[in-house]
Amino acid sequence: MQFMLLFSRQGKLRLQKWYVAHPDKLKKKITRELITTILARKPKMCSFLEWKDVKIVYKRYASLYFCCAIEQDANELLTLEIIHRYVELLDKYFGSVCELDIIFNFEKAYFILDELLLGGEIQETSKKNVLKAIAAQDLLQEVSYGDTPVEL
Amino acid sequence: MPAVRGDGMRGLSVFISDIRNCKSKESEIKRINKELANIRSKFKGDRTLDGYQKKKYVCKLLFIFLLGHDIDFGHMEAVNLLSSNKYSEKQIGYLFISVLVNTNSDLIKLIIQSIKNDLQSRNPIHLNLAMQCIANIGSKEMAEAFGYDIPKLLVSGDTMDVVKQSAALCLLRLFRTSQECIPSGEWTSRIIHLLNDQHMGVVTAATSLIDALVKKNPEEYKGCISLAVSRLSRIVTASYTDLQDYTYYFVPAPWLSVKLLRLLQNYSPPDDPGVRGRLNECLETILNKAQEAPKSKKVQHSNAKNAVLFEAISLIIHNDSEPNLLVRACNQLGQFLSNRETNLRYLALESMCLLATSEFSHEAVKKHQEVVILSMKMEKDVSVRQQAVDLLYAMCDKTNAEEIVQEMLNYLETADYSIREEMVLKVAILAEKYATDYTWYVDVILNLIRIAGDYVSEEVWYRVIQIVINRDDVQGYAAKTVFEALQAPACHENMVKVGGYILGEFGNLIAGDQRSSPLVQFQLLHSKYHLCSPMTRALLLSTYVKFVNLFPEIKHNIQEVFKQHSNLRSADAELQQRASEYLQLSVIASTDVLATVLEEMPAFPERESSILAVLKKKKPGRVPENEIREGRSPHPATSNHTDAVSHAKPSAVSANASADLLGLSTPPSSQPAVPSNTGMLVDVLGDMYGGQPGQAQQNSFAPAQSYNPKKFVCKNNGVLFENDLVQIGVKSEFRQNLGRIALFHGNKTPFALQNYETTISSPGDLASKLVIQVKPMEPVLEAGAQKLQVLNGECVEDYTDAPTMNISFIYNNVPQKISIKLPLTINKFFEPTEMNGESFFARWKNLGGEKQRAQKIFKATPPMDLAAARTKVMGFGMQLLDGIDPNPDNFVCAGIIHARAAQIGCLLRLEPNKQAQMYRLTVRSSKETVSQEICELLADQF
Repeated sequence: MQFMLLFSRQGKLRLQKWYVAHPDKLKKKITRELITTILARKPKMCSFLEWKDVKIVYKRYASLYFCCAIEQDANELLTLEIIHRYVELLDKYFGSVCELDIIFNFEKAYFILDELLLGGEIQETSKKNVLKAIAAQDLLQEVSYGDTPVEL
Repeated sequence: MPAVRGDGMRGLSVFISDIRNCKSKESEIKRINKELANIRSKFKGDRTLDGYQKKKYVCKLLFIFLLGHDIDFGHMEAVNLLSSNKYSEKQIGYLFISVLVNTNSDLIKLIIQSIKNDLQSRNPIHLNLAMQCIANIGSKEMAEAFGYDIPKLLVSGDTMDVVKQSAALCLLRLFRTSQECIPSGEWTSRIIHLLNDQHMGVVTAATSLIDALVKKNPEEYKGCISLAVSRLSRIVTASYTDLQDYTYYFVPAPWLSVKLLRLLQNYSPPDDPGVRGRLNECLETILNKAQEAPKSKKVQHSNAKNAVLFEAISLIIHNDSEPNLLVRACNQLGQFLSNRETNLRYLALESMCLLATSEFSHEAVKKHQEVVILSMKMEKDVSVRQQAVDLLYAMCDKTNAEEIVQEMLNYLETADYSIREEMVLKVAILAEKYATDYTWYVDVILNLIRIAGDYVSEEVWYRVIQIVINRDDVQGYAAKTVFEALQAPACHENMVKVGGYILGEFGNLIAGDQRSSPLVQFQLLHSKYHLCSPMTRALLLSTYVKFVNLFPEIKHNIQEVFKQHSNLRSADAELQQRASEYLQLSVIASTDVLATVLEEMPAFPERESSILAVLKKKKPGRVPENEIREGRSPHPATSNHTDAVSHAKPSAVSANASADLLGLSTPPSSQPAVPSNTGMLVDVLGDMYGGQPGQAQQNSFAPAQSYNPKKFVCKNNGVLFENDLVQIGVKSEFRQNLGRIALFHGNKTPFALQNYETTISSPGDLASKLVIQVKPMEPVLEAGAQKLQVLNGECVEDYTDAPTMNISFIYNNVPQKISIKLPLTINKFFEPTEMNGESFFARWKNLGGEKQRAQKIFKATPPMDLAAARTKVMGFGMQLLDGIDPNPDNFVCAGIIHARAAQIGCLLRLEPNKQAQMYRLTVRSSKETVSQEICELLADQF
């Protein structure tokens, strides 16, 4: 996988993960173009499209679009299921996840994604194991933080 | 505001809420600037921040960055967080670095140190965090720093499973960055045996890694075939309860299955009959399962199941050796063609394209022709319709060509604009390829122009003309048909071009009919003249002069037209000139001379259709196919990777063909076409530096020397020559037609070099074209000394090759001689020229003459590196014009060569073909010799 983008129906980018090195300018350009392209598509259309030299696989969950760019020879259907697995993980973690959870806890969304995919390849397909890893991280945080210091 | 979990940072949540409450872009920017100022002052302030605060601010910066704003500080604070002993701080530090640190950051050393510390940790969570960061950044530095540690973690016996998973994928990422960190030798078998690991997660991650390693070194990893097959076999025969959490919606381990099936596509079918048999059983089982009732109605179930099925079909197609499996695959896909799910229909059409090209399944695919035609017409989604068009193209052969071409033509009238051009190309190719009756072919092409004239590219109408000229059985028909087509009140300009050309050649064949008498033909064509572009008008003028020869009875009418256009009424200089020359020709020349000059065009040499090349270029990702492959016999084949080789060839050939054809791109003149022999010319010029390094080597005494003048075509400074005795550096500057070259002669020995002398020799008349003034050197070059010698060069007129400097001296009583090509190739006198796309293409077209173009098609030294190519092109001296060429991979450049006598504008286009690993370089300038030389010089750089 080359990158994954999450964006809202209004075209606001909510999360971006790049597995190939591009300059920031190019990333912005790609993001802009793709969001426009995908938002213009109708609901019953195919979830795959050829775009430049990659294949785009996308799916909408409620108000959020999940969009992955994969290599020409990668498996489209299974990419849809990577997206689904990610949504399931977010859902389990946040408890029926909504867009706001991802906005306010964007760092968590990244941490969960990092457990699922590493360097653009699937790392762990077992939902139980990913959740276990995230729980272990959270536990470490609780341990190191007895009291949350008072905000200034 | 939703509840925040765990270590929530309230300040961050408040900030995010604030941003969300901003009513306008301006107020958002204002709020962000306020926050940035606040954070900046906190970071700069005297009070040391505690870890929590640092974390919070770094996190805010990250959020601001993700909103699309630039962040230029905070990196150091983030790096500090890496060494925090609180996990959540460390984690935020790593996240910031992964998202925001670019690879050449100064901080990379500090980051690497922190990662090193975390890699020593025994806590798998810390270890994984460090590896995620390595994989996220994945730079060369990372590969160098960790290329040793990561493989060790991967195969060590006491590494935990979760760590192994990360290590495998981390190593994969590093391997993609730098192929050197590939572990080989004893590592190979240990890595392969990860396929046998108990833990499914480890196997899945390892399979991704092995797939990449196999691509680099298939022989070394051949052992993975049998392991992969037995692993696959265990999965497909497992019940869905066996694999527990690795079963996804009742499908056992779909990710691992797909990866194993992919891995096997790197090899030809297994040699070992046992392994081969087991693999075929697996594939059959997967096909059987597709027929079973679904275990769940959820789309996840069918997606996962079908993902495995499609990958299995890909492997079946790749192996291309089991007719039975191929036909079963085809039937299965046929069922999908009428599935409710758009996604499945799309993928089925795509896979079928490949099946259509196998000799075993081509016929089976043809059975679905009707459904595919329906898909092309009825699908709601254009990308699906596009796949249907591709499949029709792939399944077309001589038995169904007429029907398929007709259906495509019908559909073209209402087709989406986005796919019309490509469809036109496909129809044109099929019509030519499968024409048994060329009147059919002519009809198809004229229909194409009628229906989709705007989308008919030059190549298409050139081609119909070539074919008509080469086949005398169709000439009369073609003349009659174009004549009829031209009678339509509104006909496309492309029709006028084809009509003009064909009537000019073969109008006499229909002149016997009163309805298409010479005068009628002429008047019909001329009624379109005023509506056409200058290019078409030029073509029509040529048609008219040909009429003078064919139909002397209307000579007078034609001369009238020439007279009208030979003066100022014709705003275009080319048209004026053409008209007056043709007029003179018709007045002065005798009938014999006229007949010779205006003779019918000779036949074109047979060549592959250039349209195919255009089509291939349009789809750089995948080569469209309408060729049936010869399948592998069901018996084991011996060689791997034959496909890759056989793929590269046809596209190279076709690229050549299109190069030749461009000869037509100037308005066709009435001169008989001279068979192009530019190809030979290129060979004769050869590699201008080819013999030189050898020569230098012969003359010099020391065996160890570095001398590569080619490098200096694209750069101005560096060490030009070095052996054990001397080093000669160069620094040059160019301005307009003047150049100043500073040579630094360095003596590397502990002895003085005596009788040190330099002379310049210029081959042929180069000395008059490139004038060089050089100051003589002092005869002694002291031990360890370096002396500067300045050369001034002036480009008087364009030239080829470059002057040579001969250096002679005496070292240790032995005379030495060195010859060096000076870095004074013609491209040094380029002034880069900025221009927009429109003016570029206008100039490009103007310089289309046979004598103005030079082209070379050549193999890239693999692997093709576009970034390096870019650097070279930029160093070449012309202006690199980005965003002009529709294909972003292509390089387009413009520049002016300054000589005292003239300035020569020069345009260049370099088209990499990644699939074939070939480049095509085209240079156009107002002077043939310049085009040739520029082409040679640059082509030599790759």
